[in-house]
Amino acid sequence: MLRTASKRVDPDAETVSFAGTRASGFTKTVRHLLLIGATLVMLYPVIWMLLSSLKPQEDIFDTGFWPQTWTLENYVNGWNALQYGFGRFFANSAFVAAAAVIGNLASCSLAAFAIARLRFRGRKAVLGVVLLTIMLPYHVVVVPQYVVFSSIGWVNTFWPLILPKFLATDAFFVFLMVQFIRALPRELDEAARLDGCGPFGIYARIILPLTLPALATTAIFTFIWTWNDFFTPLIYLNDPATHTVPIALSSFLDSTGQSSYGSLFAMSLLALAPIVGFFIVAQRYLVEGIATTGAKG
Amino acid sequence: MATRTRPTRGRSEYARKEARAAWLMLTPWLLGLALITAIPMVASLFLSFTSYPLLAAPTWVGLDNYLKLADDPRFLAALGVTFRYVFISVPLQLSFALALALLLNRGLRGMRFYRSAFYLPSLLGASVTIAILWRQVFGKDGIFNDVLALVGIEGMSWIGNPSTALSTLIVLNVWTFGSPMVIFLAGLRQIPREYYEAAAVDGAGRFSRLVRITLPLLTPVVFFNVILQFIHAFQAFTPSYIISGGTGGPVDSTLFYTLYLYQRGFTQFQMGYASAMAWVLLLIICVFTAVNFLGSRYWVFYADEK
Repeated sequence: MLRTASKRVDPDAETVSFAGTRASGFTKTVRHLLLIGATLVMLYPVIWMLLSSLKPQEDIFDTGFWPQTWTLENYVNGWNALQYGFGRFFANSAFVAAAAVIGNLASCSLAAFAIARLRFRGRKAVLGVVLLTIMLPYHVVVVPQYVVFSSIGWVNTFWPLILPKFLATDAFFVFLMVQFIRALPRELDEAARLDGCGPFGIYARIILPLTLPALATTAIFTFIWTWNDFFTPLIYLNDPATHTVPIALSSFLDSTGQSSYGSLFAMSLLALAPIVGFFIVAQRYLVEGIATTGAKG
Repeated sequence: MATRTRPTRGRSEYARKEARAAWLMLTPWLLGLALITAIPMVASLFLSFTSYPLLAAPTWVGLDNYLKLADDPRFLAALGVTFRYVFISVPLQLSFALALALLLNRGLRGMRFYRSAFYLPSLLGASVTIAILWRQVFGKDGIFNDVLALVGIEGMSWIGNPSTALSTLIVLNVWTFGSPMVIFLAGLRQIPREYYEAAAVDGAGRFSRLVRITLPLLTPVVFFNVILQFIHAFQAFTPSYIISGGTGGPVDSTLFYTLYLYQRGFTQFQMGYASAMAWVLLLIICVFTAVNFLGSRYWVFYADEK
């Protein structure tokens, strides 16, 4: 279904071997050892952080890798270490991320359908502009945006973070869906049209359901990127009551010394939890999603 | 993409309806393009020629901001730091990505597991959490020093030392090689097997198959990754902010371009100066991308071009 996966080879078959090389058992073992070693080196810091967060504060730097005493005190202390509880920051982050997901799904899929399927003058130009804006650094627009948003009183509100998503400004996702929709057979639209479907009907009844994988990819990436976003909330959210999790972590870091590393680690890890969760549940869409846009533009 | 429909009156009516629907569907995008992108872009170009302390009205200063940039030691430091970061970390990151993609493409058992394990860091790399972790890993009491101690090397604070602080950020970017790796893997899958079979018949060894088939056919994907990761790296912000506590220190050794822009624009509220910086950044990215596209003629190979 995905463009990249369409070729002769089943993408996830574990037996695909390029060049038909038959590796000896020894070579295979060496390869596995290399890969396992690399995996461990890469993930070790995160695992260390996790284990440290489960140790009593005074043990973090003194005892070995494995906790001698297991405790959740860092999580309990960290949760209420700041002026507001982390529950509030998580709620703020979740609200912003959910709104961003809805905004991107609606606005990007509509634009993508129009570009991929409808005939109108200027279609190529529109696609060209979409591609250009993917490359555009946010910094070129951030100052005037800030001036305008602050003059209408939107500093310390979530609007500056959410509104752009409803206006399809994440051109990357428009492009991703254009690519996906183009790969769907045209005959479907033609048939629907003969049955009396208008453009909106074709979009809602035919294309949208078939675009589910691309929608999932968009939703997950939007969620992760919004959840991790630091620059925009740093600019707009000064009031601690409006802080998202990354901003809260940053001020937590500023306010603690070595003394409460345990709770800082604990809260930092909780911040990753939704991302890792999404990753585990939906990695197919993530991995294939970037492969689709990436492999052949 | 011509569709076969008879040219009747109903057809042209439908065409009109279709065009109307298209622009209706593009309305949110058009609004965003105008209000969030195009107008702010023009405004920021204008502001870059003004002195604008936010609370007072902007006053026209001509090229002053740009001239000041050329003499601003911190700006030049930021430029140097960013260039080093980009031009060291991205080639390293892409080399790791390519090497592991080639290794994983050999049909190993457990390939999906490895792919996931390597991919995960690229989702986490931009987060505040990982930056906090990095501060710890490469700090005085960090686990990097613990590892060094095992082989008898006495560590130091890699974050606190101006000559090594940037390297820790480079390592962080290399750590996120998973996403270009997945793109490489997808590209490798598109290489038709027949090529390898034919080459094997001709007696080509593993190395010559890699150099003569795999790498040339993969160049479009390499090109794509180069463009994407370079643009991405130029705009990195979070790790430098968190690791240096927002200062870019020690001695501006981690002062990323975007961090300096943030300091000028959003802590000192010199909006004109920050706008000029933004346009210089855009210019750098454009020049870089253009050079890449021009250069691509000489090394990117498209199989479908005859």
